[in-house]
Amino acid sequence: MNGVARFLDSDFVYGFKRSPVAIMSALVVLLVLIGAVFAHYISPHNPFDLASLDLLDSLKPPFWSTDGDPSFPLGTDDQGRDVLSGILYGTQISLIVAVCAIAFSLTVGITMGLLAGYFGGVVDALLMRVVDIQLTFPSILIALLVDGIVRAVLPRDMQAALELYVIVFAIGISRWPQFARTVRGSTMVERGRDYVMAAKVIGISGPRIMLSHILPNVLGPVLVITTLNLGLAILDEATLSFLGVGLPPTQPSLGTLIRIGNNFLFSGEWWIAIFPGVTLAAMVLSINLLGDWLRDALNPRLR
Amino acid sequence: MFAFIVSRILQAIPVLLIVGFISFAMFAFVGDPITIMLGQDYTEAQRQALVEQLGLDQPFFVQYAHFVVQALQGNFGISYRLARPVGQLIAERLPATLELALTAALLSLLIGIPMGVYTGIRRNALMSRVFMMFSLLGVSLPTFLIGILLILLFAVQLGWLPSFGRGDVVHFSHWSTGFLTYSGRVALIMPAITLGLFQMTLILRLVRSEMLEVMRSDYIKFARARGLSQRSIHFRHALGNTLVPVITIVGLQLGMLIGFSIITETVFQWPGMGLLLVQSIGFADIPVMSAYLLLIAVVFVSINLVVDLLYFAVDPRLRGNIGR
Repeated sequence: MNGVARFLDSDFVYGFKRSPVAIMSALVVLLVLIGAVFAHYISPHNPFDLASLDLLDSLKPPFWSTDGDPSFPLGTDDQGRDVLSGILYGTQISLIVAVCAIAFSLTVGITMGLLAGYFGGVVDALLMRVVDIQLTFPSILIALLVDGIVRAVLPRDMQAALELYVIVFAIGISRWPQFARTVRGSTMVERGRDYVMAAKVIGISGPRIMLSHILPNVLGPVLVITTLNLGLAILDEATLSFLGVGLPPTQPSLGTLIRIGNNFLFSGEWWIAIFPGVTLAAMVLSINLLGDWLRDALNPRLR
Repeated sequence: MFAFIVSRILQAIPVLLIVGFISFAMFAFVGDPITIMLGQDYTEAQRQALVEQLGLDQPFFVQYAHFVVQALQGNFGISYRLARPVGQLIAERLPATLELALTAALLSLLIGIPMGVYTGIRRNALMSRVFMMFSLLGVSLPTFLIGILLILLFAVQLGWLPSFGRGDVVHFSHWSTGFLTYSGRVALIMPAITLGLFQMTLILRLVRSEMLEVMRSDYIKFARARGLSQRSIHFRHALGNTLVPVITIVGLQLGMLIGFSIITETVFQWPGMGLLLVQSIGFADIPVMSAYLLLIAVVFVSINLVVDLLYFAVDPRLRGNIGR
């Protein structure tokens, strides 16, 4: 049997096919992903093209109400931007930020976790103390403060250009301790195994043992927390943008769109905030459900 | 007991020192307070006066010592944005945040525990499924979205509740409370629900899974065999044993509530510390940020300490381990 056939025949795929919740969430995630990746081709309008905006189109309700315009299916905002297109582009930006932030967290967390678990002693004590202290605070608070400090350090004229990197850094730095802690725990178990001893005996260097021997064996639990943290990172980004310290209206993420829409709730234009909100909630809910399912599927004790 | 308390306090001190140092480093090195406070156009004399007033011409360690001494007296410098003492600003805002967080915590306990007990005992009942669905939503919906939806429904559509602010407050020397006026209590409803919902669902799930665990145990079977009433079994024997993890979570979450109140306060324009922090970050107002960081560290460390000590009151099994 080749690799693909063996994968399709595994318990993992069998369990997936029998779980309607997992299938539904995977479908939603897939749908959102396609919408985000191909936003430039699918969107009926380009919300960044100022020339195509017309103030006469502003604040149109969704298509089913009497004043609706079918070319703006989910209505428009105060600038005449199509809400649907805004959501597609916004999801793209939200996902880029979340994925980059988690990649950053993963890199830092895995490195620190491997070092702490492999060397133990003082390195371990120091690193885990930092982890403990950071885990005392809610990660959104850390992201918020890091974001604030970085903004204060950067010169004013560079801020707008670096906004995206600042928020990726802030969210990334707020989430690394969980990865470090997980990797450290598994590394300490693996360190005592025979294959690591054997590798040491034949003279393989420490970094090489950590990266090519231990790392592949500790990735299972990391995969699960990566999924759950991805959902949380999307929420972090949306929250920061909603608070007005995230991405600017020129690069609107879902959080920025909700923030803009929030100003129009009282004048009755609910669709500007609610549609991006529903998209965000559906996306995060699906990722969480998928993560829960993955945790159960990869944990042999629960089978 | 005494040795345990002392060791916990000793563990807390390095945390506070490190956070204090970060807080000072922010205060001392981040941003240029002179241009922020004076703008682009200022005379050399103005600059000199401000440098001396803020103590920026002193050596590093003198500044740090000065910072620690001042911080211990609740003096955190002057806000760049509002040009007023930070300690005073935070003291004004503290009651609003604490009242909101406490109300949210109480709400989540009073609703979360009964719902958790119910879903734990009748796990397949229709209401249990409804509660579990609701808890899944509570975990997945971002806080600010819940706030927006509540505002849309109860303030915009129905017009029952105010959408922002704290209503009328009554002042006692250093404290202001919204509990004593009608508009204050009404204004508290939506923010408290928004803030408490996440914790409520957490408590619900925790109590439920602990109840499921405990109800299978032998001593519950014996309690049944002894012919005790259902009520006594469920609430005295079962619930009592689920309380240790619940206290941990509720305690730790109280700190989280103060942290998360940043979002709720922004949605409802609630005049607390969180709103102050968000406005300060937008303005790079470092003194407020560093004071907030220090204050929240003290709050978190104290809460962790109290939670540890509460274990003793609740779980007699732990008392044997004090010597370790």
